[in-house]
Amino acid sequence: MNQRNPAISKGVDWVVIWLYFLLVGIGIMSIFMATYRENDPVLQSFLNFKTDYSRQFYFFIVSLVLGLFILLTDSKFFTATANVWYVVGILMLLLVFPFHTEVKGTNSIIRLGSVQIQPADICKLFVNLALAKYLSRVETNFSQPRSQLIAAAITLAPALISIAQSETGLALVYFSFFLVMFREGLPASYLILGFSLAVLVVMTLLLKPMILFVTITSIAVIALYIMRRQIKRKRNLLFAVGLIWGASVLTSVFFVPFLFKNVLQKHQVERIFDLIGRENPYATENTVEPVESEKTKKKEDNYNVKQSKIAIGSGGLAGVGFLKGTQTRFDFVPEQRTDFIFCTIGEGFGFIGSFIFLTIYFLLLWRIINIAERQRSVFSRCYAYGVASVLFFHIAINLCMTIGLAPVIGIPLPFISYGGTSLLTFTVMLFIMIRLDADRQMVLR
Amino acid sequence: MALFNQSRSTIIRLIFGAVFFIIILQLFNLQILSSKYKQLAMNNAVFPKVRYPDRGIIFDRKGEAILNNTIMYDLVVTPIEAKRIDTVGLCALLEIDTTEFKKRMLEARFKNGPFRPSIFEDLLPPALHARLDENIWKYPGFALVERPVRVYPFNAAAHIMGYIGEADSSIIKRSKGFYRLGDYVGRSGLEAYYEKVLMGQRGVQYMIKDNMNRLVGSYEKGSYDTPAVAGRNLRTYIDIEVQQLAEKLMTNKVGALVAIEPKTGGIIAMASGPNYNPNDLTGPDKQKNFGRMQLDVKGPMLNRAIQGNYEPGSTFKPLGALVGLDEGVITANSGYPCGGRYLACGHGKPACLHNNAGHAANLRLSIANSCNSYYANVYRLSVDNPKWGGVKKGYAKWREYMMAFGLGVKTGIDLPAEGGGLIPDTSVYNRVYRNSWNSCTNLTLGIGQDMMQSTPLQLANAMCIIANKGYYYTPHFVKSVDGEDDADTTLRKFKVKHSPLTRITDADFEEVISGMQDVVERGTARAVMIPGINIAAKTGTAEKFRIIDKRKVQLKDNSMFVCFAPRENPQIAIAVVVENSGFGGTWAAPIASLLMEKFLNDTLRPERLKEVERISNASLLPTYFERLQFIEDSSRAERWREISGDSTRLKRYLNRGAGATVPAPLPEQPKKPIVPNQIGYIAPDKRYLVKNVHSKPTRS
Repeated sequence: MNQRNPAISKGVDWVVIWLYFLLVGIGIMSIFMATYRENDPVLQSFLNFKTDYSRQFYFFIVSLVLGLFILLTDSKFFTATANVWYVVGILMLLLVFPFHTEVKGTNSIIRLGSVQIQPADICKLFVNLALAKYLSRVETNFSQPRSQLIAAAITLAPALISIAQSETGLALVYFSFFLVMFREGLPASYLILGFSLAVLVVMTLLLKPMILFVTITSIAVIALYIMRRQIKRKRNLLFAVGLIWGASVLTSVFFVPFLFKNVLQKHQVERIFDLIGRENPYATENTVEPVESEKTKKKEDNYNVKQSKIAIGSGGLAGVGFLKGTQTRFDFVPEQRTDFIFCTIGEGFGFIGSFIFLTIYFLLLWRIINIAERQRSVFSRCYAYGVASVLFFHIAINLCMTIGLAPVIGIPLPFISYGGTSLLTFTVMLFIMIRLDADRQMVLR
Repeated sequence: MALFNQSRSTIIRLIFGAVFFIIILQLFNLQILSSKYKQLAMNNAVFPKVRYPDRGIIFDRKGEAILNNTIMYDLVVTPIEAKRIDTVGLCALLEIDTTEFKKRMLEARFKNGPFRPSIFEDLLPPALHARLDENIWKYPGFALVERPVRVYPFNAAAHIMGYIGEADSSIIKRSKGFYRLGDYVGRSGLEAYYEKVLMGQRGVQYMIKDNMNRLVGSYEKGSYDTPAVAGRNLRTYIDIEVQQLAEKLMTNKVGALVAIEPKTGGIIAMASGPNYNPNDLTGPDKQKNFGRMQLDVKGPMLNRAIQGNYEPGSTFKPLGALVGLDEGVITANSGYPCGGRYLACGHGKPACLHNNAGHAANLRLSIANSCNSYYANVYRLSVDNPKWGGVKKGYAKWREYMMAFGLGVKTGIDLPAEGGGLIPDTSVYNRVYRNSWNSCTNLTLGIGQDMMQSTPLQLANAMCIIANKGYYYTPHFVKSVDGEDDADTTLRKFKVKHSPLTRITDADFEEVISGMQDVVERGTARAVMIPGINIAAKTGTAEKFRIIDKRKVQLKDNSMFVCFAPRENPQIAIAVVVENSGFGGTWAAPIASLLMEKFLNDTLRPERLKEVERISNASLLPTYFERLQFIEDSSRAERWREISGDSTRLKRYLNRGAGATVPAPLPEQPKKPIVPNQIGYIAPDKRYLVKNVHSKPTRS
């Protein structure tokens, strides 16, 4: 490719492409490790499209073809059509409502023959394009609340729709775009606010209401004491502290219970309480109708994480070896081809293998940020940041879930998890970035 | 636009790095720091399949297997494979209905899940197994699985052999995890005592299982597997034919007998009545039989030969004589002027069977005529012997003699749960009599009464000491263990010769033994005589009382008998107790006689077979058991009503209502004065002991 078509390869970032190949290779190997049965003819089952690793292999070839097409496309095409794609994405999401098929507790999948399409998954690509387009407009002044609101709306509209389709996991992914906005000048206070809110919610779950109330109040009192000089000069500060105190108390007393009783589904609440090892205190009051029997769901979730931790933990320092994992080979970890694929690596190659694997991911993310920062065009930079953020979010949530640091949220590990849609979406996303990067000398708006 | 935000790139990089760092920390924690996950993974995926060894076989002295192994079959089902089968046909074969079939299938699914085989019906009777074996191919998912089972070809020696049962949680805990759930463990008898020898060594085959618990292959190509080593066989001193005869003679009697080979301490036969068939605790009905026997007040599972406590009565007299001779308070020529009762203590007790002058003119005559006064006197002379200085020291010395004869201490037989009988310590008498007592207080100890109690095993062992003229070996069953080596210490203690009384001269022993031979030839046990064999023996008869319905009831006397033969070269020593059956010579003596003849001549004379039938057909079960059983059952029903509120069981025992069966309370007995020396005395084994509340002189 490199030699025959110098026009395509010119400016293409080969480091990213090699890292991509490496990751997809690891992915197919992991799926092979998880699903290969002794005495299967290896070559034959790799080509027959019947086994999961064979299918993933063909998905990879399709992805490559698609990637090649993207590299052949003029990069202006993406800036020009960004908004169109966004509209198409939203329409697809809306089409799900009348045409969905219920699969595994989610209503977000359209089935065309044997092919399942999950628009909420694909749509993050379109959101990335549209957000980059909006932020790169000359007239967008991102320090103004109006622009901030519009950017938030672009990002969160698909998220809200997918929540309505009981697909909370993918909806969460859209929050990763706030990292892009942060890079483009969203005031840091938003990030701090979000972080504080998260801490407050976690504290509400962990601490007794009375203790939390006392803690918040003491923090407020200490803050007042430290700032007593400034307060003398500026009376408004007193109100500000009071307001923050009031908001915090209101959040912990009213907002969090409301969230857990009326917004989240029961099994999601259970998952969160499983993670922190507490009994769900809202179990009887939750009014949100579960999609499926939440009892079996809860048992499964607990079981999944437990088995996943056992599999990863049993890997030890160097792992048990290729195709020798007893946990992953005999289906102890459910969903291990898809969401829990990391168990295979953890068990087979141990801490060393997992460390190398994480390093590859980290190198990819680092490289993407480097690429983003070297863009002259805002659109390309925003888009590249979007790719990094989405990848990062997927990796972080997925890995944390398998090692018991996050509640069970069913989102795939990019390039590794079995699944055609996921692989195709991430490939297209990455190759659009590579195409944009190859044209970084051109000024795009 | 936003070039001035470039520093934020660093912040984003920092966020990425921080999160990756946290993930790596947790991975380090899971994979390097925690060791439990490896073990959990092993538990998940590796199944140690235990390979059970065959338990050892137990042989008698002639090499007949008393306890053997056989194969029985379990019908096993794998629910997931048992689909679309001819349920009706299978139900007809098993003689169950379809509801029962469905119930068992559900149970199987519930117990082991649909993918693993569970027992559908265990220990199939042979006829059912034969029927199923022919047709099993028609029912996919069902299979017949072999299971080794203990079997007793002679239907005998239940109390000696004991039984095996599944290890319960307490056994597992005590063994520190050596035993696992589902293991079979010897629970009593030789099975328990020689558990380590009999069980052999379990083998383990490590198998890989999948998430459905299906075994999918061997782990690491079997490199960690260990083979099973079969248990070792035991060779015993038991003569199974004598044992069978002994059990036959004890049919429908309460009591026990022990026959020991004096030269070795090897036990030839040991029977306890009531008895049970050992095969009842191995077959398909073992649970039912076990429950039934547990609730029986007659205690068929109790081995009275080692756990029953009996006053030796007159059978003690040869021992008393030897103590007197050794202490030098009497000689072979000592006599006692007995005129029908012992008057030296003022109350004229104990009474004596004979009152003709000269029936206790010397030691030999006193044994042959069983003179109570003579032995009360010997006892008093022994404990009041001036060289000890006071009755308490004298009694302590006398007690030492008893211990030397093996009374009041456990013999150390190779059976678990042996009882030790009772020779009370001086402190017991001090407590009961508030420190004021003398040799008159407990003078009936001299005739084997008062608080003295012994097990039939101890009496037989004491006979061995007399027969051996002072030495004995700890009574035991097992002669050798197959494949025994120096590392085996199990049998070592049975090879040690104990010589507690060899200092007594042979002449003194001969005198006592002659007296015992006179008992057979001229005295109370003439029925025992076997032509051509000189037997030394002593009968005993002890009065029995028992508190029933809060009243003291006099029961029929216990019939006691001890003997050994032949006199010149003792080969068998026997002690027999038949509870509540009368004189020692009536039941206990003929039983011992038959056993001696069988063992020494290897056969019984034809005319003696009639005697065997007469004795075995006689039912001497005390009538009070019926009343006790009623009390026991009705109070259990009452407890059940208290727990569950269900009174249907209780109704059966109430007077009103149809079909109530209430045995009449025992007839009123004439009030007997309670002898003061029994106040405050507590019998050692409260559950099974027929409590002796009154000690009266014996006659025999």
